[in-house]
Amino acid sequence: MPNITVSPTRMELTRLKGKLRTAQRGHKLLKDKRDELMKQFLDTVREVRALRKEVEEELMAVHGSFTVASALMSSAAIEQALMYPKQSVELGMTTQNIMSVNVPVYEFHTKTKSDADIYPYGFAATSGELDAAVDALGKVFQKLLKLAQIEKAAQLMAEEIEKTRRRVNALEYVMIPNTQEAIRYITMKLDENDRATTTRLMKVKDMILKEAIDDRRAKNAEALANAGSVQT
Amino acid sequence: MAATYPIAVVGDWESVMGFQALGLDTYPAASPEEARQTVRRLAKEDCAVIYLTEGLAKEMPDVIARYKDELRPAIILIPGREGSLGIGKENIQRAIERAVGADIL
Repeated sequence: MPNITVSPTRMELTRLKGKLRTAQRGHKLLKDKRDELMKQFLDTVREVRALRKEVEEELMAVHGSFTVASALMSSAAIEQALMYPKQSVELGMTTQNIMSVNVPVYEFHTKTKSDADIYPYGFAATSGELDAAVDALGKVFQKLLKLAQIEKAAQLMAEEIEKTRRRVNALEYVMIPNTQEAIRYITMKLDENDRATTTRLMKVKDMILKEAIDDRRAKNAEALANAGSVQT
Repeated sequence: MAATYPIAVVGDWESVMGFQALGLDTYPAASPEEARQTVRRLAKEDCAVIYLTEGLAKEMPDVIARYKDELRPAIILIPGREGSLGIGKENIQRAIERAVGADIL
């Protein structure tokens, strides 16, 4: 009984009852929020897993192409070829609200209009493998950005779910039982007080009655004695 | 929000050089310590997305955990040249565990 320090008054009882009602409503709402978040989260996670698998596989292919390219060309030549990019990417970020979690939404603009025109070097001095690698990388980049978006969303949602879960549990297992316990305690105490008052009143009534009876008896005896002396 | 943010790629040189051709900002880092500092600096400079190779990420889980709950930057692990180490997948798993409180799926 952790909440034994409450003062057993009617005021306190009303206050606690209000608190309990609020807690129960909050508990229900938070539980709904948690369930909905969980649903969204699991959908997102499924998406993340599939996309990550794809991206990883494609990136490995890209790395493979780069490895072949660097075998055919000197690393200095590759560095030189890639040093000054023709394309530049601008990333805009907005946020989207999913069940009170702000998740990022990325949109990006590339400077060059066509996807085919991304090679920042002349074709004469470089190996064909490098073209293939850069091309594949350009294709995988879209997915990479999408992955960033949903993976971040998943992380943020996981955090929010954890918080909500803790709140739900705190309400369910600590706050509501404690309040109920306190309400029970006050009700019992008040009932006890009631009974005590009744008993006291009965006792007082008994005492007054007894006094009155004694009084009457004394009077009767006196009257009887008087009557007796008059007769004789 | 019309602001634009840079996208950064941090990793060993062989893994990140390709991204340079796409116009992303690449930050070659040879050692985990170097990568750690780079990521911190990028986060401070309001970088929206940081792609980090798993080989380096393995050595710096503290930095990743630090930025996990922030809206920016999103640190996304990509397999480096040495192949996928499964850390990215493991992180998803950990997020699930964190949300559900148990390992499901």
